[in-house]
Amino acid sequence: MSRQLAHVDRVGVEERAAALGARSIKTTAKQQGIRLAVSMLDLTTLEGADTAGKVRQLCAKAVCPAPAMPEIPSVAAICVYPALVTVAREALAGSGVKTASVATGFPAGQVSLEAKLRDTEDAVAAGADEIDMVISREAFLAGDDLRVMREVSRIKDACGDAHLKVILETAELGSYDHVRHASMLAMEAGADFIKTSTGKAASGATPGVCLVMLEAIRDYLDRSGRIVGFKAAGGVSTSKAALHRLVMVKETLGDDWLTPERFRIGASSVLNDLLMQYAKTESGRYGRSEDFSRE
Amino acid sequence: MSVEPRASIVWDYAPSPEATDHLRLSERYGLFIDGAFCEPAQARYEPTINPATEETITEVAWAGPQDVQRAIETARAAQPRWAALPDRERGKYLFRIARLIQERARELAVVETLDGGKPLRESRDVDIPLAAAHFFHYAGWADKLRYGMVARDVAALGVVGQIVPWNFPLLMAAWKLAPALACGNTAILKPAETTPLTALLLAEICQEAELPAGVVSILPGDGAVGAALVRSPGLDKIAFTGSTAVGREIQTELAGRGVELTLELGGKSANIVFEDAALDQAVEGIVNGIFFNQGHVCCAGSRLLIQESVHDELIAKLWTRMGRLRIGDPLDKNTDVGAINSAEQLERIETLVAAGEEEGATRRSVACSLPERGYWFAPTLFTEVSPAHRIAEEEIFGPVVSVLSFRTQAEAIEKANNSRYGLAAGIWTDKGAKAFEVAAALRAGVVWQNTYNHFDPTAAFGGYKESGFGREGGSAGLRPYLKVVR
Amino acid sequence: MDRLPVRKTYKLWIGGAFVRSESGRSDTVGVFNIPRGSRKDVRDAVAAARRAAEPWAKRTAYNRGQILYRAAEALESRRAQLIAVLTDAGSDSSQAEAEVDAAVDVLLHYAGWTDKLQGVLGAINPVAAPFLSFSLPEPTGVVGVVAPDAPALLGLVAEVSPALAAGNTVVAILSESRPLAGLDLAEVLGVSDIPGGVVNLLSGRRGELVPALGAHRDLNAIVDASGEPALGTELDKLAAETIKRTSHHAAASSYELAVEDSLERLAAVTELKTAWHPVGA
Repeated sequence: MSRQLAHVDRVGVEERAAALGARSIKTTAKQQGIRLAVSMLDLTTLEGADTAGKVRQLCAKAVCPAPAMPEIPSVAAICVYPALVTVAREALAGSGVKTASVATGFPAGQVSLEAKLRDTEDAVAAGADEIDMVISREAFLAGDDLRVMREVSRIKDACGDAHLKVILETAELGSYDHVRHASMLAMEAGADFIKTSTGKAASGATPGVCLVMLEAIRDYLDRSGRIVGFKAAGGVSTSKAALHRLVMVKETLGDDWLTPERFRIGASSVLNDLLMQYAKTESGRYGRSEDFSRE
Repeated sequence: MSVEPRASIVWDYAPSPEATDHLRLSERYGLFIDGAFCEPAQARYEPTINPATEETITEVAWAGPQDVQRAIETARAAQPRWAALPDRERGKYLFRIARLIQERARELAVVETLDGGKPLRESRDVDIPLAAAHFFHYAGWADKLRYGMVARDVAALGVVGQIVPWNFPLLMAAWKLAPALACGNTAILKPAETTPLTALLLAEICQEAELPAGVVSILPGDGAVGAALVRSPGLDKIAFTGSTAVGREIQTELAGRGVELTLELGGKSANIVFEDAALDQAVEGIVNGIFFNQGHVCCAGSRLLIQESVHDELIAKLWTRMGRLRIGDPLDKNTDVGAINSAEQLERIETLVAAGEEEGATRRSVACSLPERGYWFAPTLFTEVSPAHRIAEEEIFGPVVSVLSFRTQAEAIEKANNSRYGLAAGIWTDKGAKAFEVAAALRAGVVWQNTYNHFDPTAAFGGYKESGFGREGGSAGLRPYLKVVR
Repeated sequence: MDRLPVRKTYKLWIGGAFVRSESGRSDTVGVFNIPRGSRKDVRDAVAAARRAAEPWAKRTAYNRGQILYRAAEALESRRAQLIAVLTDAGSDSSQAEAEVDAAVDVLLHYAGWTDKLQGVLGAINPVAAPFLSFSLPEPTGVVGVVAPDAPALLGLVAEVSPALAAGNTVVAILSESRPLAGLDLAEVLGVSDIPGGVVNLLSGRRGELVPALGAHRDLNAIVDASGEPALGTELDKLAAETIKRTSHHAAASSYELAVEDSLERLAAVTELKTAWHPVGA
């Protein structure tokens, strides 16, 4: 059966997404928004060079991002490769910060389903609270929607109690029509969250992609009654970009979505910018990066 | 994830009002005649008020018959020299005006919002930039007029009277003045009674640009000033933007007098959503079509035609979206819907909305707390509207959309064209071939596919049928200000 | 005894049919009876023109051009007859010949405009946004024409041709004093390929027909070549009731005068539509 796409108008989506970026977030709204954004962060390190030491440092930052500003909350989660889940879990014990692991042959996903399942099971066994899987773009672009869904569904089973975030890697899908369609497939197959990107592709959570996925989540909720969360990952590197994503969530899905249970930002460098902008709102002085720890 | 979210934090935008401390408004403004601000012959000053607060902003002189006469005489005297300037020099004056509008953009935006009630977001991002763009566009035409008229030798008409409405005060002034001046005419502009201020700032800009005296005159006042202009024997052309009723009076008044006329009048434009449309983007277009500038838009998409198969889904989405509109202080940078322009306009909206309810349409208005002072009307959606209802036929000129359903493309076209007006239309479909076919079948001067209320100085704008005649924008916008010379 | 000639009965041309005035009235011009059209004939003519408007406008420009070219051929083929009609009405023969020749050439001139108007009056608008925007001329719809008394044939053809070339349908009120050339033109066009209702020609009293035409709410534009200022003023006032487009022309007395402002004549019965289509899927 040929694929039935629900259509998205690119010009209209980008115009609306840009308009939401023009919201003026000042004073108390900015402070509150920054604290909210920090609490929604999946602080991420996904490098070949990651070591236990690096992950522990990052975990310390995740639990207490700015010792000098105690009102800044912990981030939502640390996101690492499966091999480092144990390290992260130990470092985060008792903090409330979740441990998330990418899995399923991240980032390309070009391994067998068996390997993906094994990858997932390993991460869960190591104590991951959340699994960030990638969809098979190979299957999706070949038009094999059933295989895309079957994989998500099998991985979901393998997750057990762990929550499943499904990465669409939107930069590789080629159109907003595809982004919307892949969002629906992932949700139908059982995703707890849908997530834009791996952070390894040419672009990430662009405003347009975020808006299309948020609208898909809303339409899926209307149709099925099931709540699915959203994770914007990749390219969100400034406070302005993070607040723009919050605005999009607020004005597309509503205030109910402004919680880490339903919305995450996957990033690394954005945290220090959020802290620097927060400090500016307190002191009135423009900041410098040296004032914030680097892990 | 977890089905029961932990108590969500209600995060809202803090007030973000644009500063007004940079304004340098005078306590009172005279008429602008012969390159200078002057007292009216019979001292009459009227307050201009902020419709969001009902507070007086400043006082403005209203022109009387003698002032109209004097403005026409100075414009007449100035016209031959203005037209005889080398074309490129005329163009350079327009470039100066365009640049000065850009330089004073922030001030102009704030004043536009104070005087008219429109959200700052719109005056800042739409009105003022487009006004500057319009002057740039026609500045470039000044030395290329023959190409705009297909290589014919052309000449200015002479002295033109221009009457503009209150919904886009500076932008409409730019639409009128830029082509008129580029073509070598001199102009007398009458801004609207409730929104004279940006036109008076434009007069200052004309002074700063060292525009020769008499080339532009600005005569604030009410309809009597417009009527005096129309009745005056000294004008070669009238250009009017406003209601069809007044346009009809002007056309009647000019009968047999050989005065050129262009009219940009009312509308009841159809915004047509087909079942194959990208619905979320259609919702944005519907919102932009009818709530932009509180619906005070001649081409507002005030008749929403929805294919029955997606009617309920689209209405649900639209209603949710309407609930997220931010209504209130027009100066707040996050305000989406501002104040109604005047008490008179508010009353007209209320009357027609009441008629809609009486005739049996279903009304839904956004529940929002409106400021106690000022003129406000909550965004309103009427469903189960019949084509015969007044709210389906008459221009409301407010944030009120009337929804009609249709079953087939042919029915959509028939309903869309079933109007005395023909200003604009919107089409929402993902199918290119359908968009082109429907666009061709609509009797309207502007047809937008998958967008609405988009304007550009290069694109002609104007109506069919009782929405007027003549075009503004692009090369077509030159034609109403030139005559062919043999 | 000489053969008794069979005299022609002139008729109105409405909706492609040759009809008597519904009023049953007629006037005499020379030895001929001509119908004295009524307000109801005007009504019927406008209704016929409205019915014909959309199909005529929807034809390709090429096809409309072909039809008008053939109408010019038909006019040329009746050259002798039309010259005789004009001579009988008082023109000298060289004047009459020149007028008929000019009428043919004017029709030919405008026939050639059908597929050029869009290119000349239209534009692609380089808007500062991701849209393909273009402005195209479209016919305004039904155009009323008030023909001059002289030159009765050329003056009529000079006003009707641009309206047709631009894709409009026409209801024309012929010269009151010299209607025969116009009524004969109806018969010429009646055997050409012009579809019924595209052109409607009415004879009768100007004072009766023209106000009825100008006041008709289903008329989009008026082209007045009557040369009567008072009538022009009245038409302007009537036009304002429904915001009709109006233009007033001096009677075209030569080919040159009929075509020198051809683009302005075409623009006067043309609307400009601007379309915006998104670029981006």
